[in-house]
Amino acid sequence: MNGPLVEVVALCKEYRRGEEVVPVLAGLDLTIEAGDYVALMGPSGSGKSTLLNLLGGLDRPTSGAIRIGGEDIGALDSDALAAWRGRTIGFVFQLYNLLPVLTAEQNVELPLLLTDLDARERRRRARAALDLVGLGDRARHRPRELSGGQEQRVGIARAIVNDPMLLLCDEPTGDLDRKAGDQVLALFDALNREAGKTIVMVTHDPRAAARAKRILHLEKGVLLREEVQ
Amino acid sequence: MTGAWRLLPLLRAALQRHRLRLLFTIASITVAFLLFGLLGAVRTALTAGVEIAGRDRLIATQKVSIIQPLPRAYLGRVRQISGVRTVSSLTWFGGIYQDPTKQLVVFAVDANYFDLYTKELLVDPLERSRWLADRTGALVGAGIAARYGWHVGDTVPLQSNIYRRRDGAPSWPVHILGLYHSDSVDTNQIFLHYEYFNESVSFGKDAIGWILIQVADPAMGPRIAAEVDATFANSNAETKTSSEKAVAQSFANQIGDIGKILDFVVTAVFFAMLLVTANTMAQSVRERTAEIAVLKTLGFTDASVLVLVLAESLLITGVGAALGLFLATAATSGLGAALRSFLPHFEIPARAYGIAVLYALGLGLAAGVLPARQAMRLEIVRALRAT
Repeated sequence: MNGPLVEVVALCKEYRRGEEVVPVLAGLDLTIEAGDYVALMGPSGSGKSTLLNLLGGLDRPTSGAIRIGGEDIGALDSDALAAWRGRTIGFVFQLYNLLPVLTAEQNVELPLLLTDLDARERRRRARAALDLVGLGDRARHRPRELSGGQEQRVGIARAIVNDPMLLLCDEPTGDLDRKAGDQVLALFDALNREAGKTIVMVTHDPRAAARAKRILHLEKGVLLREEVQ
Repeated sequence: MTGAWRLLPLLRAALQRHRLRLLFTIASITVAFLLFGLLGAVRTALTAGVEIAGRDRLIATQKVSIIQPLPRAYLGRVRQISGVRTVSSLTWFGGIYQDPTKQLVVFAVDANYFDLYTKELLVDPLERSRWLADRTGALVGAGIAARYGWHVGDTVPLQSNIYRRRDGAPSWPVHILGLYHSDSVDTNQIFLHYEYFNESVSFGKDAIGWILIQVADPAMGPRIAAEVDATFANSNAETKTSSEKAVAQSFANQIGDIGKILDFVVTAVFFAMLLVTANTMAQSVRERTAEIAVLKTLGFTDASVLVLVLAESLLITGVGAALGLFLATAATSGLGAALRSFLPHFEIPARAYGIAVLYALGLGLAAGVLPARQAMRLEIVRALRAT
C-alpha cells in the first residue's frame, strides 16, 4: 500500500436537531501513517468521538472524504461498509460492550464468525488473542465473572483477533481504575510497538494520551494543534 | 448476507439471555398448539359422519324432526321410484346394558342394511348369513365387543330407555352372531333385526326412524330426493330427504356450528399468542440494543441482524408448536381410548399438522417482523451512545 493508511480530506459532519443544524466537524484534514499511535483529545463536543465513528464507518460524513488503506469508504454501500469494518477495523469501547451470555472466548470469536474459518480454527485464534492479552486462563469465564480491566482486555482481544489494519479505541481506560488502565495502555503500547498496529484513541486522560506518538487536539470540529512525542 | 449457519452461536446466546421468560413464552405457545390439536380432534370426532357419508346414499327423515318416526309402509313406495337401487331403514333403540349409565348405540335395522355399507361395515359372510337366519341375532361392533368382553355366541340382555316389550319382559335377549369391523365407522354400535324389535315392541309398531336410500347414480340424488318428498307431501308424516352428507352435517350442526366455534376459539388463542410472542421479541430486542449495535460494528450486516431476530422468533414458536402438537397427539391417544364410546373418531387429522406448521411459521414471522425490522434499522452510533 502506498501513501498514508488514513487520509481524511475536508471532512464535515453536521447533525440536525429539529430545524437547527449543528456542525460537529468543519472541514477537517488529517493523515495517519501505518504504525502510528494517535491520541485524539479535546473537550466534550469537540468532535473527537464523531471523528472516530466516521473513521470506523459507523457513521457517514456530511461532506468530505475518508480513505483508509486506499479504500474510499464513503463510496461503500451499507453491506459493503459492514464487511469492510469486519475486515479492516478493530473497535475498543469505553464500556467494553461484551455480550454477557457468551464466554470470553466466544466474545473474542465473534468477528471470526464473519470469516470462512472453521470452528476449530476460530477457537484457536480466539484463544491466541486471549493469551496475547494475558487472559488465556479466563477463556471460559463470562463477562460478569471478570473485573473491569479483564473485560476491557477481552474487548481488546476481540478487536485484534481479525488482525485489523486499524484499531479505534473510544476512551478505553475511561471506566477503569489506574492499575487496570495502565495494564490496558501497556497492551496498546505492545500492540503498536511490537505488532505494528495503527491505533487511534479518543481520550480525556493526559496520562493515556502521553503514551501515543502523536496527540491531536480538537476543538469545535477543527484540528487545533498537534503534539509529536 | 452472512451465511445463516454463522448466526447459530448468536442465536443460542440470544435464547439463553432470559431463560425464564423464554420458558414461559414457549409454554404459552405450547398450550395454544395443544388446544389447537385437541380442538382439531373434537372437530374430527363431531364431524366424522360427514366425512364418511356416501355420495350415493340419501336419508329420508320426518320433516318436522329427525327424531319423529315414519310409517314403515313408506319403504315400499320409495322402492318404486325410478333410480332407487336399495331401500332400508334404521330405528334408534336407545339401548342400555346392565345399568342406565351404560348407554349403548343400538339400532334396529332391516336385513339388507349391510348391503348399503359394504365398504364401511365389514362382516364375515358366514356370520352375516347366521345373523340373517336368526331374528333375535345381533351384529355388534368389534370395539364394543372388546370393551364388554362379548364373544360370538353370547346372549346379552339389552334394555331400551324408550321402548317396552309387549310381553312385559324387562329386556330383549340378543344373540351375538357376528362382529363388524371398520376403519371409518364407529365400532361401538349394535344392530338388531327390525323384525324382532317390531314384533316385540309395546308401542310404535310399524314405525321406523329413518329411511336409507341407495341410488343407482349419485347424479340422480337431488331428483330422487325431491320425488320422495313429493310422494309423501300433505301426509301425516311428510319427509325431508337429503344426501347422507347433508344429514350428517345437519346432525353435527345441532350442537352448534362446530367449525365456526372452534375457528373462533383457535383464532382468539393464536391472536393472544401473537401478542405474547411479539412482546417477548420486542423486549428481547430492546434489551439487546447495545449488543446488536456491537454486532453491526463488528461487521454483521443489517440483513444478518434481521435474520437473527426472525430466526429467534421462529425457533421459539417452532419449539412451542412441536411440544404442543406432541402433547395433543399424546392426549388424544390417551383420551381417545377413554372417549371411544362417545367420540369414536377423537383424533387429530393429518391436515391439522400441516395447518399447525403454517400457523407456527405465520406466528413466528408476524411476532418477529417488527422487532427484526427495528434491529435491522438500528443506527450504530445512536445505539452505542444510549448505553
